[in-house]
Amino acid sequence: MYDVIVVGGGHAGCEAANIAGVMGMKVLLLTMNLNNIADMPCNPSIGGTAKGVIVREIDALGGLMGVVADKSHFQIKMLNNSKGPAVRSLRAQADKRVYPKKMREALDNNKNLEIKEGLVEDLIVEDNIVKGVILDNGKKITSKCVILTTGTYLKANVLVGSENTPSGPHGEGRSNHLSDNLKKLGLNIIRLKTGTPERIKASSIDFSKCTEELGDDIYYTFSHDIKPCYKINEQQKCYLLYTNEKTHQIIREHLNESAMYGGYATGVGPRYCPSIEDKIVRFADKPRHQLFLEPESIYYDEWYLQGFSTSMPRYVQEEMVHSLKGLENAIITKYAYAIEYDAISALQINPSLENKVLENLFTAGQINGTSGYEEAAGQGLIAGINAALKLQGKEPLILKRNEAYIGVLIDDLVTKGVKDPYRMLTSRAEFRLILRHDNADLRLREIGYKIGTINKEQYERLQNKKKDIQKLKEEIKRWGINLEKDAIKFKEKNLPIPKQRINFEELLKRPEITFDFINTIHKFDYDKEVLEQVEIEVKYEGYIKKAYKEAEKLKKIEEKQIPDDIDYKLVSNLASEARQKLSEIRPKTLAQASRISGVNPSDIAILAVYLKKEYNHE
Amino acid sequence: MEDTICAVATSRMVGAISIIRVSGDEALDIVSHIFKGKDLKKVASHTINYGHIVYNGEVIDEVLVSVMLKPNTYTKEDVVEINSHGGLNTTKKILEILINCGCRLAEPGEFTKRAFLNGRIDLAEAESVNDLINAKTDMARKLALNNLTGNFSKEIKRVRQKITDVMANIEVNIDYPEYNDIEVVTNDTLLPKLKEVKSDVERLINNSENSKIIKEGIDVAIVGKPNVGKSSILNRLLDEDKAIVTDIAGTTRDIVEGSISLNGFLINFIDTAGIRETEDVVEKIGVQKSREVIDNADLVIIVLNNNEKITEYEEDLIKSVPKNKRIIMVNKSDLDRKIDLEDKYILGNTVSDKGLDNLKNEIIKVLDLNNLMNKDLTYASNVRQLSLLKKALKSLEEAIKNIGGYVPIDMVEIDISDAWKHLGEITGEVYEDELLDTLFSNFCVGK
Repeated sequence: MYDVIVVGGGHAGCEAANIAGVMGMKVLLLTMNLNNIADMPCNPSIGGTAKGVIVREIDALGGLMGVVADKSHFQIKMLNNSKGPAVRSLRAQADKRVYPKKMREALDNNKNLEIKEGLVEDLIVEDNIVKGVILDNGKKITSKCVILTTGTYLKANVLVGSENTPSGPHGEGRSNHLSDNLKKLGLNIIRLKTGTPERIKASSIDFSKCTEELGDDIYYTFSHDIKPCYKINEQQKCYLLYTNEKTHQIIREHLNESAMYGGYATGVGPRYCPSIEDKIVRFADKPRHQLFLEPESIYYDEWYLQGFSTSMPRYVQEEMVHSLKGLENAIITKYAYAIEYDAISALQINPSLENKVLENLFTAGQINGTSGYEEAAGQGLIAGINAALKLQGKEPLILKRNEAYIGVLIDDLVTKGVKDPYRMLTSRAEFRLILRHDNADLRLREIGYKIGTINKEQYERLQNKKKDIQKLKEEIKRWGINLEKDAIKFKEKNLPIPKQRINFEELLKRPEITFDFINTIHKFDYDKEVLEQVEIEVKYEGYIKKAYKEAEKLKKIEEKQIPDDIDYKLVSNLASEARQKLSEIRPKTLAQASRISGVNPSDIAILAVYLKKEYNHE
Repeated sequence: MEDTICAVATSRMVGAISIIRVSGDEALDIVSHIFKGKDLKKVASHTINYGHIVYNGEVIDEVLVSVMLKPNTYTKEDVVEINSHGGLNTTKKILEILINCGCRLAEPGEFTKRAFLNGRIDLAEAESVNDLINAKTDMARKLALNNLTGNFSKEIKRVRQKITDVMANIEVNIDYPEYNDIEVVTNDTLLPKLKEVKSDVERLINNSENSKIIKEGIDVAIVGKPNVGKSSILNRLLDEDKAIVTDIAGTTRDIVEGSISLNGFLINFIDTAGIRETEDVVEKIGVQKSREVIDNADLVIIVLNNNEKITEYEEDLIKSVPKNKRIIMVNKSDLDRKIDLEDKYILGNTVSDKGLDNLKNEIIKVLDLNNLMNKDLTYASNVRQLSLLKKALKSLEEAIKNIGGYVPIDMVEIDISDAWKHLGEITGEVYEDELLDTLFSNFCVGK
């Protein structure tokens, strides 16, 4: 008997299985196809705005995605460098062949983890407690917890024009019965849709007609524990190209042949990820749309055509692709398709990612209604951690909205539910100024150390970094500029010269001053990350303090737990909409309750008073 | 840490003193910031301290401030109470200043709610607190809605939409940096838009400050022949109520003689000097002038002399004012009666202490002030709206100040979004994902 069975070997499953193993659980990872572990069925990249920060958080908590991405990419960019520290985020072009290989290596190193092939079609459940899984061949495997990370495989249908094929991504199998069985067990099932664009044979592309997209010349890593794995000048290029009027005309002419507009699809697609036909219809006045060509792997002769996802029939796709400049003679190696799949209602999930209806069942990734590798991995990590914590008899790890993007992600899911596949955006995080790329370790490593996912060496490195930050903060107060001697340095850089002698802290507060400049006046010999941290914290102190103050205000209602047995019918004076929503979502804290749409501040006040009265709540 | 909240704690009936209560962790910080006198942070708990409220260099009021440190206070938080001289305008002004300095206007019943949650009130009282919050909030909701006249709320929404568009553009630049087809918000494009929004908000503030309910109160004209005692009546009313010497902005500034607070409402007496001083040409100019005053006033008090026969001019005057807009006051009731009058009138004099009570009661009756009192919250929610507008303005100014320097767009946006949130609070229509909806409907992004 296993402690934990993880069903599905995608990005959520890998993190869940690994971390539960790290925490000492005996884990079985079941996948339909051993060759598909950590597969990247869509875009060949890891990170992106907000998503890159999630990868940093996964790494800070002891997950794998950061290290594996660092070992497998061939281009890296720090996005939004000039737009502010809070919105900086890494994006890497990851090699689709190398990434799964490196992930598999990491999993194979985990002594507590076994990986087997098997298609799960049902769960073993007694009195609403999950006790294992049942395979398609009828074989039963028992465990104390089950984590479902089935991705798009539940009753998946691939749509190309009017063709509708029951199949997982790229012709893989699908699970035919699991979602029906979950429904029988009391879960609400929703139908979602996503899509992927064409893959193009590299040798058939005329790159001279496209614009080069290069990586950065500064190399950051996702992981806090790893050095760059190749030289920065060895990066691969991507290319930029545009649709044109001819492309749009073809799409308009054949619109009704697409799965979406022809009425062949039933799932709800992500609004942030519209198909190319959606873009043409919704933004009819735009003369062109931007597309990218990204290599899938340095070992494959295949490129990904980002921005061109469609559910048109194949012959229309040929016409569409050939209308693009540089792709006139392109050979399509894989056609674009839309895929529909079953997911469960996120409102039936606890913030720990354990199911509300079925005990000891955890879910993570697309089955919860999200989209994206990073969102899946972040949830997988938390599901794995919380399954282990539960078996250890400990409280679950629930990250707050002001602690991590992963916290925002899960809170949004379980509080608001999902209508279309959920992608993380910086706009979703009201505390994004606190949830930065640069401070992921400062935010989360101690938590990781406490639950046993971060080792002593990593922890000590963090403590040293903290000490250095503190030391540097004191030093810049102690030292200051020498007006006579240093004025020339300001002149050289065309910077305003301070009117009086000020210390470096005050100088750093000036928006135009960087630590790089200060180091030309007075050398502060610290690690790059330490300098960066102090620069951000000093320069934006006012804004950051304000954000912490807001977060502090939340803390009080964040700490007010709502007992699981509360009967909202007995809370008099609640508005009826609030009563209905609260009964459905059953928030864990007053703060979570306050975020439910339709629950007003007066309802929260009434609830607070009720809790105090009935439970003598402090 | 909870917000620090403030509200007028006394009923706003006519009274010399009104108390503004401030409760929360920052109560002492905020009040000491605007208080000139002893250092409130150093005085002993549960003491009363004399001084002045001073804001932006301007002395607002002479006050007594009670400092009560937790836990022995009503809310079990730090509580500071400002005893002001009760003029409606002054009280309102202090409230506004407190809100500008970081207090939040208390929700109905919120002090009591805190008292309960902090364990001050016993459990038996819970239900009544509950009902109070509920009842008052419903009323507040209704009133907030009623208060927003169609145009005002439309205007707020229009201005806010401009900010939403700007923010959606900034957000799409941040979340989809690789889309170089999308207009990138730069300082050059942002500044004119923000300045436009700023002037919109300024205009709204000016309008609100000029609006009748907030600032002007109710205009009352005292008219009559020379020497019937108009000035004595006015002076008596003003004296009794420690009249507020108004500094009312707007069109009426020059002609408001003085104001009193009656049942919590501001009553402005309109100067009728024009009529007074043209004794010889009453027929000619007087009628014309009084016509003007009568048309502009909300209420006209026609003063007659008990000791004299009624004149033709006076009869014309009575006829010229609609019944529901006038009070006929027969003055000098202490002298012999010679007047002969058919219309309904009230009797009074300026000699005895209670000589004008009839007049005041009649004003209350005619203007229906007792019923207006029930709409108490109108006032509060307007202070709320005005202070939110001012907060929005402050945030916009901050954003405009930071543009053009080296402050990254993400930081500038913090102030823009603060302005956006403040405006949203006015109309109460902040819904989840509003920004994302705009983002995805305005911009074409995706894989």
